[in-house]
Amino acid sequence: MGDFTQAFQIAFDLLWSMDKELYSIVYLSLKVSISAVLISCALGFVIGAALTVFRFPGRRALLILFNALMGLPPVVVGLMVYMVLSRSGPLGVLGLLYTPTAMIIAQTVLITPLVAALSAQVLQELHQEYDEFFRSLQLSARDKLFTLLWEGRFGLVTVGLAGFGRAISEVGAVMIVGGNINHLTRIMTTAIALETSKGTLALALALGIILIVISLLVNTSVALVRSKAKEVIYA
Amino acid sequence: MLEQPNRAPKSAAKRRCKPMHFENVVLKINGIELIQHINCTLQATGKTIVLGPNGAGKSLFLRLMSGLMEPTSGSITGGLEEQGSLAHLDQLSGTPCMSLVFQNPVMLRRTAFENIAFVLRHHRVARHEIAAKVDAALAIARLQTRGQVPARRLSGGEQQRLALARTLIVNPHALLLDEPTASLDPLSTSIVEDMIEQADQMGTKIVLVTHDIKQAKRMADDILFIHLGEVLAHKSKRAFSKTREASRRRPISMAAYQRNKVLTKGALKIGQANSNRN
Repeated sequence: MGDFTQAFQIAFDLLWSMDKELYSIVYLSLKVSISAVLISCALGFVIGAALTVFRFPGRRALLILFNALMGLPPVVVGLMVYMVLSRSGPLGVLGLLYTPTAMIIAQTVLITPLVAALSAQVLQELHQEYDEFFRSLQLSARDKLFTLLWEGRFGLVTVGLAGFGRAISEVGAVMIVGGNINHLTRIMTTAIALETSKGTLALALALGIILIVISLLVNTSVALVRSKAKEVIYA
Repeated sequence: MLEQPNRAPKSAAKRRCKPMHFENVVLKINGIELIQHINCTLQATGKTIVLGPNGAGKSLFLRLMSGLMEPTSGSITGGLEEQGSLAHLDQLSGTPCMSLVFQNPVMLRRTAFENIAFVLRHHRVARHEIAAKVDAALAIARLQTRGQVPARRLSGGEQQRLALARTLIVNPHALLLDEPTASLDPLSTSIVEDMIEQADQMGTKIVLVTHDIKQAKRMADDILFIHLGEVLAHKSKRAFSKTREASRRRPISMAAYQRNKVLTKGALKIGQANSNRN
């Protein structure tokens, strides 16, 4: 029990003293996950809108596929990206393995299906409401797509935040493609896993506290976006 | 059955589209005939009121006319067809041929001002003209103080006026309205009716669906009475009023009425769902 309280004490000291190593890990985590979310949103929103607006054979199958991929296990994504980026893989020449870029790629692959599937859900509901109006205006498919994205902006921000929540908290994929190299590819989740197994609970705890605070912040923003949307737009 | 309204064309009204002919138009949804062999001609100007009880097929009739739905058989010709169906732009003037106003106004999740500006931008109106045009349209709808309010926070009546202003801003050749005042208070109803009258004065063909016989009497030039998917009468307002007494003595069987109401409403939903899916 003594060890435990001591660990907490050191953890708070680390947080309080702006420990350089600790915050470099936090910085890299945020950099990787925010980059991945931005790329995933750019891809996922357009995929979701396209699946809503365009009618083509295989559309339903794609929707089901993206829904299924929402629950993609991170380690499997890590393994696939590893195989692609490893020396003998198709993109081996780029030498990206064990770099932050590889981690961004892995997280993007992991959360793009989630963003696409959730935004398709948001936009399909809107599309049902606006379909006849759009058709009566003879809006082109492209105009429909962009109008829907704008009309669904509040819902889509929530989707993006959900994607960020998944990216920042996953450990399997970044561990495999990043390698958890100190000062290079070590992020919060991989550091927690490593430090815990080493027995240095203080750093792990400090990172854990930050991770929980971030997840609280994300959820608070979701709630704020929702209430703002209700006040301004949906009331 | 078809009796053309005997009416001198309005001097102020400029005829902008040709008469529209329905020939043997049938609409089947899931094997049920919801529109049964409609034959009629709508004049190029004036206000045609489509009257009938709930579930008579009025909304389907309007959707067929607008091109939102295709007839199973028969043809709809003339009118605006040469320039394409609904809202196809007139190549010369750049104005849309038909515009539609729905019973439940569909509002974009933006301010009232932006809702109208959206349509203008879609019609490629020059950026510097938009603000003045939108303000004028808001004033006609008596919403000049509500421009910056999110459209979905407006009251039902205000939303419908905004929807109508948004439709009229592009000066369509024909304006199709599906029970626009069904759930409005008398004030909003009268503003909406004024806006429709103004459009009529500008030469816009008006086709208004309603089940409100008083409104039909107030506004109609000619009345098309639809029941159970059939056109039972198409007469000028005066002729229609005369025959109304006679038709009252033939009460509609309640059972048939209920059956049809359920069928048409259900089919309308199925039709919409189908069109969404395709």
